[in-house]
Amino acid sequence: MAVRDVIFGASSRWLFEGPENDVVISSRVRLARNLEDIPFPHLMNEDQASRVLHGVRLAATTPEVYRELGPMEFVMLEELSPLERQILVEKHLVSPQFVQEPRYRAVVVSEDEAVSIMVNEEDHLRIQVILPGLQLEEAYRLAEKTDDLLEGTLNFAFDERRGYLTACPTNVGTGLRASVMVHLPALVLTNQIGNVINAVTKLGMAVRGFYGEGTEALGNLFQISNQVTLGPSEEEIISNLLGVTRQIIAQERSTREYLYRENRQAVEDRVWRSYGLLKHARIITSEETMRLLSDVRLGVALGVVPGLTQRQINELMVITRPAFLQKVHGGEMNPYERDLLRAQVIREKLI
Amino acid sequence: MLCDICKKNPATVHFLKIVNGQKTEMNLCQECAARNQEVNFNVNFNNFWTNFHPASMLSNFLAGLFGQEIQQPYITPGGKTCSLCGQDFAAFTRTGLMGCPRCYKVMEEETEPILRRIHGNVRHTGKVPRRGGGTLRLRREIEGLKRQLQQAVAREEFEKAAELRDRIRELEKKLAGEGEGGMAKWR
Repeated sequence: MAVRDVIFGASSRWLFEGPENDVVISSRVRLARNLEDIPFPHLMNEDQASRVLHGVRLAATTPEVYRELGPMEFVMLEELSPLERQILVEKHLVSPQFVQEPRYRAVVVSEDEAVSIMVNEEDHLRIQVILPGLQLEEAYRLAEKTDDLLEGTLNFAFDERRGYLTACPTNVGTGLRASVMVHLPALVLTNQIGNVINAVTKLGMAVRGFYGEGTEALGNLFQISNQVTLGPSEEEIISNLLGVTRQIIAQERSTREYLYRENRQAVEDRVWRSYGLLKHARIITSEETMRLLSDVRLGVALGVVPGLTQRQINELMVITRPAFLQKVHGGEMNPYERDLLRAQVIREKLI
Repeated sequence: MLCDICKKNPATVHFLKIVNGQKTEMNLCQECAARNQEVNFNVNFNNFWTNFHPASMLSNFLAGLFGQEIQQPYITPGGKTCSLCGQDFAAFTRTGLMGCPRCYKVMEEETEPILRRIHGNVRHTGKVPRRGGGTLRLRREIEGLKRQLQQAVAREEFEKAAELRDRIRELEKKLAGEGEGGMAKWR
Protein backbone atom coordinates (compact mmCIF):
# COMPACT_ATOMS: atom_id res chain seq x y z
CA MET A 1 0.00 0.00 0.00
CA ALA A 2 1.42 3.34 -0.96
CA VAL A 3 0.65 6.46 1.00
CA ARG A 4 -0.41 8.05 -2.25
CA ASP A 5 -3.40 5.70 -2.38
CA VAL A 6 -4.25 6.89 1.09
CA ILE A 7 -4.14 10.48 -0.03
CA PHE A 8 -6.17 9.87 -3.16
CA GLY A 9 -8.88 7.78 -1.60
CA ALA A 10 -11.83 9.02 0.40
CA SER A 11 -11.67 5.92 2.53
CA SER A 12 -10.29 7.24 5.83
CA ARG A 13 -11.70 5.13 8.62
CA TRP A 14 -13.08 8.18 10.42
CA LEU A 15 -15.47 8.78 7.52
CA PHE A 16 -17.25 5.49 8.17
CA GLU A 17 -20.30 5.20 10.37
CA GLY A 18 -19.67 4.95 14.09
CA PRO A 19 -21.65 4.99 17.34
CA GLU A 20 -23.93 8.04 17.86
CA ASN A 21 -23.13 9.22 14.37
CA ASP A 22 -26.33 11.23 14.10
CA VAL A 23 -24.46 13.82 16.22
CA VAL A 24 -20.83 12.73 16.58
CA ILE A 25 -18.82 12.54 13.38
CA SER A 26 -15.47 11.51 14.80
CA SER A 27 -13.42 11.06 17.97
CA ARG A 28 -9.79 12.05 18.07
CA VAL A 29 -7.00 11.48 20.56
CA ARG A 30 -3.55 13.02 20.34
CA LEU A 31 -0.48 12.24 22.46
CA ALA A 32 2.49 14.63 22.48
CA ARG A 33 5.83 12.88 22.98
CA ASN A 34 9.45 14.02 22.81
CA LEU A 35 12.79 12.24 22.78
CA GLU A 36 15.14 12.61 25.72
CA ASP A 37 18.17 14.87 25.40
CA ILE A 38 17.15 16.54 22.14
CA PRO A 39 15.89 20.14 22.07
CA PHE A 40 12.27 20.63 21.02
CA PRO A 41 11.72 21.16 17.26
CA HIS A 42 11.76 24.98 17.35
CA LEU A 43 15.33 24.89 18.75
CA MET A 44 16.92 21.84 17.22
CA ASN A 45 19.59 21.83 14.54
CA GLU A 46 19.51 19.80 11.33
CA ASP A 47 21.51 16.96 12.80
CA GLN A 48 19.16 16.64 15.76
CA ALA A 49 16.10 16.84 13.48
CA SER A 50 17.51 14.01 11.39
CA ARG A 51 18.11 11.93 14.51
CA VAL A 52 14.45 12.30 15.47
CA LEU A 53 13.30 11.37 11.96
CA HIS A 54 15.60 8.36 11.89
CA GLY A 55 14.49 7.21 15.35
CA VAL A 56 10.78 7.46 14.56
CA ARG A 57 11.22 5.71 11.23
CA LEU A 58 12.94 2.80 12.99
CA ALA A 59 10.39 2.69 15.80
CA ALA A 60 7.34 2.80 13.52
CA THR A 61 8.46 0.01 11.22
CA THR A 62 9.37 -2.75 13.68
CA PRO A 63 7.80 -6.22 13.30
CA GLU A 64 5.91 -5.63 16.57
CA VAL A 65 4.29 -2.48 15.19
CA TYR A 66 3.42 -4.31 11.97
CA ARG A 67 1.84 -7.16 13.90
CA GLU A 68 -0.25 -4.90 16.15
CA LEU A 69 -1.14 -1.97 13.91
CA GLY A 70 -0.58 -3.25 10.39
CA PRO A 71 1.63 -1.56 7.82
CA MET A 72 2.71 1.98 8.70
CA GLU A 73 3.93 4.26 5.93
CA PHE A 74 6.66 6.78 6.76
CA VAL A 75 6.77 9.74 4.36
CA MET A 76 8.94 12.83 4.39
CA LEU A 77 6.78 15.90 3.79
CA GLU A 78 9.21 17.12 1.15
CA GLU A 79 8.46 14.03 -0.94
CA LEU A 80 4.84 15.16 -1.27
CA SER A 81 3.58 17.93 -3.53
CA PRO A 82 2.06 21.01 -1.84
CA LEU A 83 -1.37 19.77 -2.99
CA GLU A 84 -0.86 16.34 -1.45
CA ARG A 85 0.24 17.93 1.81
CA GLN A 86 -2.91 20.04 1.80
CA ILE A 87 -5.03 16.91 1.40
CA LEU A 88 -3.46 15.53 4.57
CA VAL A 89 -4.68 18.70 6.30
CA GLU A 90 -8.17 18.42 4.82
CA LYS A 91 -8.40 14.87 6.11
CA HIS A 92 -7.25 16.01 9.56
CA LEU A 93 -4.24 13.72 9.47
CA VAL A 94 -1.88 16.66 10.07
CA SER A 95 -2.24 20.24 11.31
CA PRO A 96 -2.23 23.25 8.95
CA GLN A 97 0.93 24.62 10.65
CA PHE A 98 2.70 21.32 10.06
CA VAL A 99 2.70 21.55 6.26
CA GLN A 100 3.73 25.20 6.08
CA GLU A 101 7.38 24.33 6.68
CA PRO A 102 7.94 20.84 5.21
CA ARG A 103 11.69 20.59 5.85
CA TYR A 104 12.78 17.91 8.34
CA ARG A 105 9.22 16.86 8.90
CA ALA A 106 7.55 13.53 8.22
CA VAL A 107 4.24 11.83 8.69
CA VAL A 108 3.55 8.20 9.53
CA VAL A 109 0.14 6.85 8.51
CA SER A 110 -1.54 3.50 9.07
CA GLU A 111 -3.38 1.80 6.24
CA ASP A 112 -6.85 2.83 7.41
CA GLU A 113 -5.57 6.28 8.47
CA ALA A 114 -6.84 5.65 12.00
CA VAL A 115 -3.30 6.10 13.38
CA SER A 116 -0.99 8.85 12.23
CA ILE A 117 2.16 10.43 13.65
CA MET A 118 3.43 13.92 12.89
CA VAL A 119 7.20 14.03 13.28
CA ASN A 120 8.86 17.33 14.25
CA GLU A 121 5.76 19.47 14.55
CA GLU A 122 5.73 21.48 17.81
CA ASP A 123 6.84 18.29 19.56
CA HIS A 124 9.07 15.51 18.22
CA LEU A 125 6.06 13.19 17.94
CA ARG A 126 2.36 13.79 17.86
CA ILE A 127 0.61 10.43 17.87
CA GLN A 128 -2.94 10.76 16.60
CA VAL A 129 -5.87 8.40 16.40
CA ILE A 130 -9.16 9.29 14.67
CA LEU A 131 -12.15 6.94 14.77
CA PRO A 132 -15.68 7.46 13.44
CA GLY A 133 -18.52 8.37 15.79
CA LEU A 134 -18.22 8.50 19.57
CA GLN A 135 -15.31 6.18 20.34
CA LEU A 136 -13.08 8.16 22.69
CA GLU A 137 -12.12 5.20 24.88
CA GLU A 138 -11.35 3.06 21.86
CA ALA A 139 -9.31 5.89 20.31
CA TYR A 140 -7.32 6.36 23.52
CA ARG A 141 -6.62 2.62 23.79
CA LEU A 142 -5.27 2.59 20.25
CA ALA A 143 -3.14 5.70 20.89
CA GLU A 144 -1.80 4.18 24.10
CA LYS A 145 -0.95 0.95 22.29
CA THR A 146 0.89 2.94 19.62
CA ASP A 147 2.72 4.86 22.36
CA ASP A 148 3.73 1.60 24.09
CA LEU A 149 4.95 0.10 20.82
CA LEU A 150 7.05 3.17 19.95
CA GLU A 151 8.41 3.21 23.46
CA GLY A 152 9.91 -0.20 22.74
CA THR A 153 12.45 1.63 20.58
CA LEU A 154 12.42 5.27 21.71
CA ASN A 155 13.19 6.88 25.08
CA PHE A 156 10.51 9.47 25.69
CA ALA A 157 11.25 12.52 27.83
CA PHE A 158 9.43 12.01 31.12
CA ASP A 159 9.67 13.66 34.53
CA GLU A 160 8.30 12.11 37.67
CA ARG A 161 6.48 15.28 38.73
CA ARG A 162 5.63 16.82 35.36
CA GLY A 163 4.93 13.69 33.35
CA TYR A 164 5.58 13.67 29.61
CA LEU A 165 7.55 16.80 28.73
CA THR A 166 6.37 18.93 25.83
CA ALA A 167 7.52 22.11 24.07
CA CYS A 168 4.46 24.04 25.23
CA PRO A 169 3.56 23.85 28.92
CA THR A 170 -0.12 23.63 27.94
CA ASN A 171 0.48 20.02 26.82
CA VAL A 172 2.74 18.76 29.59
CA GLY A 173 1.73 15.84 31.85
CA THR A 174 -0.32 13.36 29.88
CA GLY A 175 0.37 15.11 26.55
CA LEU A 176 -3.21 14.08 25.83
CA ARG A 177 -5.65 16.13 23.82
CA ALA A 178 -8.92 14.32 23.21
CA SER A 179 -11.66 15.77 21.05
CA VAL A 180 -14.93 15.01 19.37
CA MET A 181 -16.32 16.55 16.19
CA VAL A 182 -20.04 17.12 16.68
CA HIS A 183 -22.80 18.32 14.37
CA LEU A 184 -25.16 20.65 16.26
CA PRO A 185 -27.59 22.20 13.77
CA ALA A 186 -30.59 22.22 16.13
CA LEU A 187 -28.71 23.91 18.98
CA VAL A 188 -27.46 26.55 16.52
CA LEU A 189 -30.88 27.08 14.95
CA THR A 190 -32.55 27.59 18.34
CA ASN A 191 -29.77 29.92 19.56
CA GLN A 192 -28.89 27.59 22.41
CA ILE A 193 -25.35 27.02 21.21
CA GLY A 194 -23.97 30.03 23.13
CA ASN A 195 -25.19 28.63 26.43
CA VAL A 196 -23.86 25.21 25.59
CA ILE A 197 -20.42 26.62 24.74
CA ASN A 198 -20.40 28.62 27.98
CA ALA A 199 -21.31 25.63 30.09
CA VAL A 200 -18.75 23.39 28.40
CA THR A 201 -16.03 26.04 28.78
CA LYS A 202 -16.75 26.26 32.51
CA LEU A 203 -16.08 22.53 32.75
CA GLY A 204 -12.56 23.10 31.46
CA MET A 205 -13.19 22.10 27.87
CA ALA A 206 -12.59 24.13 24.72
CA VAL A 207 -15.17 24.47 21.95
CA ARG A 208 -14.14 25.53 18.48
CA GLY A 209 -15.76 25.74 15.09
CA PHE A 210 -14.51 22.98 12.86
CA TYR A 211 -12.77 23.56 9.53
CA GLY A 212 -11.00 26.83 9.96
CA GLU A 213 -9.33 27.81 13.21
CA GLY A 214 -11.61 30.81 13.71
CA THR A 215 -14.76 30.89 15.79
CA GLU A 216 -17.08 30.49 12.82
CA ALA A 217 -18.50 26.99 12.74
CA LEU A 218 -18.73 25.99 9.12
CA GLY A 219 -21.55 23.50 8.61
CA ASN A 220 -22.57 23.64 12.30
CA LEU A 221 -19.59 21.44 13.11
CA PHE A 222 -17.89 21.96 16.45
CA GLN A 223 -14.87 20.46 18.09
CA ILE A 224 -14.92 19.90 21.83
CA SER A 225 -11.63 19.09 23.56
CA ASN A 226 -10.01 18.92 26.98
CA GLN A 227 -7.82 21.86 28.05
CA VAL A 228 -6.04 20.45 31.08
CA THR A 229 -3.33 17.86 30.46
CA LEU A 230 -1.49 17.91 33.81
CA GLY A 231 -3.05 16.53 36.99
CA PRO A 232 -5.89 14.24 35.95
CA SER A 233 -5.04 10.81 34.56
CA GLU A 234 -5.65 9.86 30.94
CA GLU A 235 -8.72 7.85 31.97
CA GLU A 236 -10.16 10.81 33.87
CA ILE A 237 -9.63 13.18 30.93
CA ILE A 238 -11.34 10.74 28.55
CA SER A 239 -14.28 10.01 30.85
CA ASN A 240 -14.86 13.74 31.54
CA LEU A 241 -14.99 14.53 27.84
CA LEU A 242 -17.19 11.51 27.24
CA GLY A 243 -19.62 12.70 29.92
CA VAL A 244 -19.81 16.22 28.46
CA THR A 245 -20.27 14.85 24.96
CA ARG A 246 -23.12 12.57 26.04
CA GLN A 247 -24.92 15.54 27.55
CA ILE A 248 -24.52 17.55 24.38
CA ILE A 249 -25.77 14.62 22.30
CA ALA A 250 -28.87 14.36 24.48
CA GLN A 251 -29.54 18.09 24.23
CA GLU A 252 -29.05 18.22 20.46
CA ARG A 253 -31.31 15.18 19.96
CA SER A 254 -34.14 16.51 22.10
CA THR A 255 -33.96 19.88 20.34
CA ARG A 256 -34.09 18.15 16.94
CA GLU A 257 -37.12 16.15 18.01
CA TYR A 258 -38.81 19.29 19.29
CA LEU A 259 -38.07 21.20 16.08
CA TYR A 260 -39.31 18.39 13.89
CA ARG A 261 -42.46 17.85 15.97
CA GLU A 262 -43.39 21.52 16.05
CA ASN A 263 -42.31 22.55 12.54
CA ARG A 264 -42.39 19.40 10.49
CA GLN A 265 -43.05 21.06 7.14
CA ALA A 266 -40.52 23.83 7.69
CA VAL A 267 -37.78 21.34 8.63
CA GLU A 268 -38.56 19.06 5.67
CA ASP A 269 -38.68 22.07 3.34
CA ARG A 270 -35.28 23.24 4.50
CA VAL A 271 -33.70 19.79 4.17
CA TRP A 272 -35.11 19.17 0.68
CA ARG A 273 -34.27 22.67 -0.56
CA SER A 274 -30.66 22.14 0.46
CA TYR A 275 -30.69 18.68 -1.10
CA GLY A 276 -32.11 20.19 -4.29
CA LEU A 277 -29.42 22.84 -4.46
CA LEU A 278 -26.66 20.28 -3.94
CA LYS A 279 -28.20 17.94 -6.50
CA HIS A 280 -28.71 20.53 -9.21
CA ALA A 281 -26.26 23.39 -8.72
CA ARG A 282 -23.71 23.97 -11.45
CA ILE A 283 -21.41 26.33 -9.53
CA ILE A 284 -20.97 25.92 -5.79
CA THR A 285 -18.44 27.20 -3.26
CA SER A 286 -17.00 25.11 -0.48
CA GLU A 287 -18.74 27.27 2.18
CA GLU A 288 -22.16 26.82 0.57
CA THR A 289 -21.51 23.09 0.25
CA MET A 290 -20.77 22.77 3.96
CA ARG A 291 -23.87 24.77 4.86
CA LEU A 292 -26.16 22.70 2.64
CA LEU A 293 -24.58 19.42 3.70
CA SER A 294 -25.39 20.38 7.29
CA ASP A 295 -29.10 20.57 6.45
CA VAL A 296 -29.01 17.30 4.52
CA ARG A 297 -27.10 15.58 7.34
CA LEU A 298 -29.84 16.67 9.73
CA GLY A 299 -32.40 15.30 7.27
CA VAL A 300 -30.64 11.94 7.17
CA ALA A 301 -30.58 11.80 10.99
CA LEU A 302 -34.32 12.60 11.16
CA GLY A 303 -35.12 10.00 8.51
CA VAL A 304 -36.37 12.67 6.10
CA VAL A 305 -33.95 11.72 3.31
CA PRO A 306 -34.18 7.99 2.56
CA GLY A 307 -31.38 6.19 0.78
CA LEU A 308 -28.63 8.54 1.89
CA THR A 309 -26.16 7.66 4.67
CA GLN A 310 -24.06 9.69 7.08
CA ARG A 311 -21.00 8.09 5.52
CA GLN A 312 -21.89 9.51 2.11
CA ILE A 313 -22.23 12.96 3.68
CA ASN A 314 -18.86 12.54 5.40
CA GLU A 315 -17.29 11.57 2.12
CA LEU A 316 -18.80 14.56 0.35
CA MET A 317 -17.42 16.78 3.09
CA VAL A 318 -13.87 15.63 2.32
CA ILE A 319 -13.94 15.25 -1.45
CA THR A 320 -15.35 18.75 -1.99
CA ARG A 321 -12.46 20.46 -0.16
CA PRO A 322 -10.22 22.56 -2.44
CA ALA A 323 -7.05 20.44 -2.41
CA PHE A 324 -8.92 17.18 -2.84
CA LEU A 325 -10.77 18.54 -5.89
CA GLN A 326 -7.52 19.66 -7.46
CA LYS A 327 -6.05 16.23 -6.89
CA VAL A 328 -9.02 14.66 -8.70
CA HIS A 329 -8.57 17.19 -11.49
CA GLY A 330 -4.85 16.51 -11.64
CA GLY A 331 -3.53 20.02 -11.23
CA GLU A 332 -4.00 23.53 -9.93
CA MET A 333 -7.37 25.19 -10.48
CA ASN A 334 -8.66 28.67 -9.80
CA PRO A 335 -11.59 29.10 -7.39
CA TYR A 336 -14.15 29.34 -10.20
CA GLU A 337 -12.93 26.13 -11.84
CA ARG A 338 -13.10 24.45 -8.45
CA ASP A 339 -16.69 25.61 -7.93
CA LEU A 340 -17.64 24.05 -11.29
CA LEU A 341 -15.92 20.74 -10.55
CA ARG A 342 -17.31 20.66 -7.00
CA ALA A 343 -20.88 20.96 -8.30
CA GLN A 344 -20.20 18.14 -10.76
CA VAL A 345 -18.66 15.85 -8.11
CA ILE A 346 -21.63 16.39 -5.80
CA ARG A 347 -24.15 15.70 -8.57
CA GLU A 348 -22.43 12.42 -9.37
CA LYS A 349 -22.45 11.35 -5.72
CA LEU A 350 -26.07 12.26 -4.98
CA ILE A 351 -27.96 9.80 -7.13
CA MET B 1 23.18 43.34 38.88
CA LEU B 2 22.17 44.86 42.23
CA CYS B 3 18.84 46.42 43.11
CA ASP B 4 18.55 50.14 42.18
CA ILE B 5 16.94 51.02 45.51
CA CYS B 6 18.58 49.01 48.30
CA LYS B 7 21.81 48.31 46.34
CA LYS B 8 22.07 45.16 48.40
CA ASN B 9 20.03 42.34 46.92
CA PRO B 10 20.38 41.07 43.35
CA ALA B 11 17.90 42.71 40.97
CA THR B 12 15.43 40.18 39.68
CA VAL B 13 12.55 42.45 38.64
CA HIS B 14 13.22 44.51 35.54
CA PHE B 15 10.82 47.27 34.84
CA LEU B 16 10.59 49.37 31.73
CA LYS B 17 8.36 52.42 31.67
CA ILE B 18 7.64 54.26 28.44
CA VAL B 19 5.79 57.56 28.59
CA ASN B 20 5.41 59.29 25.23
CA GLY B 21 8.48 57.54 23.96
CA GLN B 22 10.53 58.45 27.06
CA LYS B 23 12.11 55.28 28.47
CA THR B 24 12.87 54.76 32.15
CA GLU B 25 14.44 51.52 33.29
CA MET B 26 14.42 50.11 36.80
CA ASN B 27 16.06 47.00 38.16
CA LEU B 28 14.82 46.01 41.58
CA CYS B 29 14.97 43.13 44.00
CA GLN B 30 11.68 41.44 44.82
CA GLU B 31 11.23 43.16 48.20
CA CYS B 32 11.87 46.67 46.89
CA ALA B 33 9.67 46.01 43.88
CA ALA B 34 6.83 44.94 46.13
CA ARG B 35 7.19 48.16 48.17
CA ASN B 36 7.60 50.48 45.17
CA GLN B 37 4.42 52.45 44.37
CA GLU B 38 5.27 53.00 40.73
CA VAL B 39 5.81 49.31 40.10
CA ASN B 40 2.20 48.76 41.01
CA PHE B 41 1.93 45.27 39.67
CA ASN B 42 1.76 42.40 42.01
CA VAL B 43 5.15 40.72 42.08
CA ASN B 44 3.70 37.34 41.80
CA PHE B 45 4.88 34.78 39.33
CA ASN B 46 1.30 33.82 38.80
CA ASN B 47 0.74 36.91 36.70
CA PHE B 48 3.40 35.87 34.34
CA TRP B 49 1.35 33.91 31.93
CA THR B 50 -0.62 37.01 31.00
CA ASN B 51 2.58 38.86 30.17
CA PHE B 52 3.37 36.76 27.16
CA HIS B 53 -0.16 35.89 26.31
CA PRO B 54 -0.86 37.12 22.76
CA ALA B 55 -3.86 39.16 23.90
CA SER B 56 -1.89 41.14 26.46
CA MET B 57 0.99 41.53 24.02
CA LEU B 58 -1.45 43.08 21.60
CA SER B 59 -2.86 45.40 24.22
CA ASN B 60 0.67 46.46 25.18
CA PHE B 61 1.38 47.12 21.55
CA LEU B 62 -1.79 49.20 21.15
CA ALA B 63 -1.06 51.05 24.37
CA GLY B 64 2.37 51.91 22.98
CA LEU B 65 0.84 53.27 19.78
CA PHE B 66 -1.30 55.69 21.71
CA GLY B 67 1.61 56.99 23.76
CA GLN B 68 0.24 55.57 26.93
CA GLU B 69 2.27 54.20 29.73
CA ILE B 70 3.15 50.55 29.43
CA GLN B 71 4.80 48.31 31.91
CA GLN B 72 6.79 45.30 30.90
CA PRO B 73 8.10 43.58 33.97
CA TYR B 74 9.96 40.33 33.63
CA ILE B 75 11.90 38.32 36.11
CA THR B 76 15.27 36.73 35.47
CA PRO B 77 15.68 33.17 36.66
CA GLY B 78 18.70 33.96 38.78
CA GLY B 79 21.01 33.15 35.89
CA LYS B 80 19.83 29.57 35.45
CA THR B 81 20.48 28.54 31.88
CA CYS B 82 19.73 25.08 30.53
CA SER B 83 22.90 23.14 29.84
CA LEU B 84 21.36 21.21 26.95
CA CYS B 85 19.66 23.91 24.86
CA GLY B 86 21.05 27.15 26.33
CA GLN B 87 17.61 28.65 27.00
CA ASP B 88 16.77 30.58 30.15
CA PHE B 89 13.47 31.61 31.68
CA ALA B 90 13.50 34.98 29.90
CA ALA B 91 13.60 33.13 26.57
CA PHE B 92 10.62 31.08 27.66
CA THR B 93 8.60 34.16 28.59
CA ARG B 94 9.26 35.54 25.10
CA THR B 95 8.32 32.44 23.10
CA GLY B 96 5.97 30.59 25.45
CA LEU B 97 7.84 27.40 24.57
CA MET B 98 10.35 25.44 26.61
CA GLY B 99 13.67 24.79 24.88
CA CYS B 100 14.10 21.10 25.64
CA PRO B 101 12.96 18.42 28.08
CA ARG B 102 15.75 19.32 30.51
CA CYS B 103 14.45 22.90 30.86
CA TYR B 104 11.59 21.58 32.99
CA LYS B 105 14.10 20.46 35.64
CA VAL B 106 16.33 23.53 35.33
CA MET B 107 13.40 25.94 35.62
CA GLU B 108 11.24 23.81 37.86
CA GLU B 109 10.56 26.61 40.37
CA GLU B 110 9.84 29.31 37.84
CA THR B 111 7.47 27.19 35.77
CA GLU B 112 5.48 25.79 38.68
CA PRO B 113 3.15 28.84 39.07
CA ILE B 114 2.64 28.91 35.31
CA LEU B 115 1.65 25.25 35.24
CA ARG B 116 -0.68 25.81 38.17
CA ARG B 117 -2.32 28.64 36.30
CA ILE B 118 -2.80 26.64 33.10
CA HIS B 119 -3.77 23.29 34.56
CA GLY B 120 -4.74 24.00 38.17
CA ASN B 121 -2.25 21.23 39.00
CA VAL B 122 1.50 20.74 39.02
CA ARG B 123 1.78 16.97 39.46
CA HIS B 124 1.32 14.28 36.87
CA THR B 125 -0.73 11.31 38.02
CA GLY B 126 -1.25 9.54 34.72
CA LYS B 127 0.69 7.13 32.57
CA VAL B 128 4.30 6.31 33.35
CA PRO B 129 6.53 4.97 30.56
CA ARG B 130 8.07 1.57 31.16
CA ARG B 131 11.44 3.07 30.42
CA GLY B 132 12.56 6.56 31.36
CA GLY B 133 10.03 6.60 34.17
CA GLY B 134 12.74 5.32 36.50
CA THR B 135 11.38 3.47 39.49
CA LEU B 136 8.19 5.54 39.51
CA ARG B 137 6.04 2.77 38.08
CA LEU B 138 7.21 0.46 40.85
CA ARG B 139 6.73 3.07 43.57
CA ARG B 140 3.21 3.87 42.35
CA GLU B 141 2.39 0.18 42.50
CA ILE B 142 3.71 -0.09 46.06
CA GLU B 143 1.70 2.99 47.11
CA GLY B 144 -1.45 1.44 45.64
CA LEU B 145 -0.85 -1.88 47.43
CA LYS B 146 -0.26 -0.07 50.73
CA ARG B 147 -3.63 1.63 50.37
CA GLN B 148 -5.24 -1.75 49.74
CA LEU B 149 -3.43 -3.16 52.75
CA GLN B 150 -4.87 -0.47 55.03
CA GLN B 151 -8.36 -1.17 53.72
CA ALA B 152 -7.91 -4.90 54.20
CA VAL B 153 -6.78 -4.38 57.82
CA ALA B 154 -9.70 -2.03 58.47
CA ARG B 155 -12.07 -4.69 57.16
CA GLU B 156 -10.25 -7.33 59.23
CA GLU B 157 -9.45 -9.37 56.09
CA PHE B 158 -6.21 -10.63 57.57
CA GLU B 159 -5.52 -13.33 55.05
CA LYS B 160 -5.68 -10.81 52.20
CA ALA B 161 -3.62 -8.35 54.26
CA ALA B 162 -0.85 -10.92 54.68
CA GLU B 163 -0.80 -11.53 50.94
CA LEU B 164 -0.58 -7.82 50.25
CA ARG B 165 2.18 -7.37 52.83
CA ASP B 166 4.28 -10.09 51.17
CA ARG B 167 3.75 -8.57 47.76
CA ILE B 168 4.79 -5.14 49.06
CA ARG B 169 7.96 -6.60 50.60
CA GLU B 170 8.78 -8.31 47.36
CA LEU B 171 8.36 -5.09 45.37
CA GLU B 172 10.33 -3.07 47.90
CA LYS B 173 13.22 -5.50 47.53
CA LYS B 174 13.00 -5.09 43.77
CA LEU B 175 12.90 -1.31 44.18
CA ALA B 176 16.06 -1.34 46.32
CA GLY B 177 17.76 -3.42 43.63
CA GLU B 178 16.77 -1.06 40.83
CA GLY B 179 17.92 1.93 42.85
CA GLU B 180 21.45 0.48 42.78
CA GLY B 181 21.90 0.91 39.07
CA GLY B 182 19.09 -1.20 37.77
CA MET B 183 18.33 1.65 35.37
CA ALA B 184 21.80 1.51 33.90
CA LYS B 185 20.94 -1.43 31.70
CA TRP B 186 18.50 0.73 29.76
CA ARG B 187 20.88 3.55 29.01
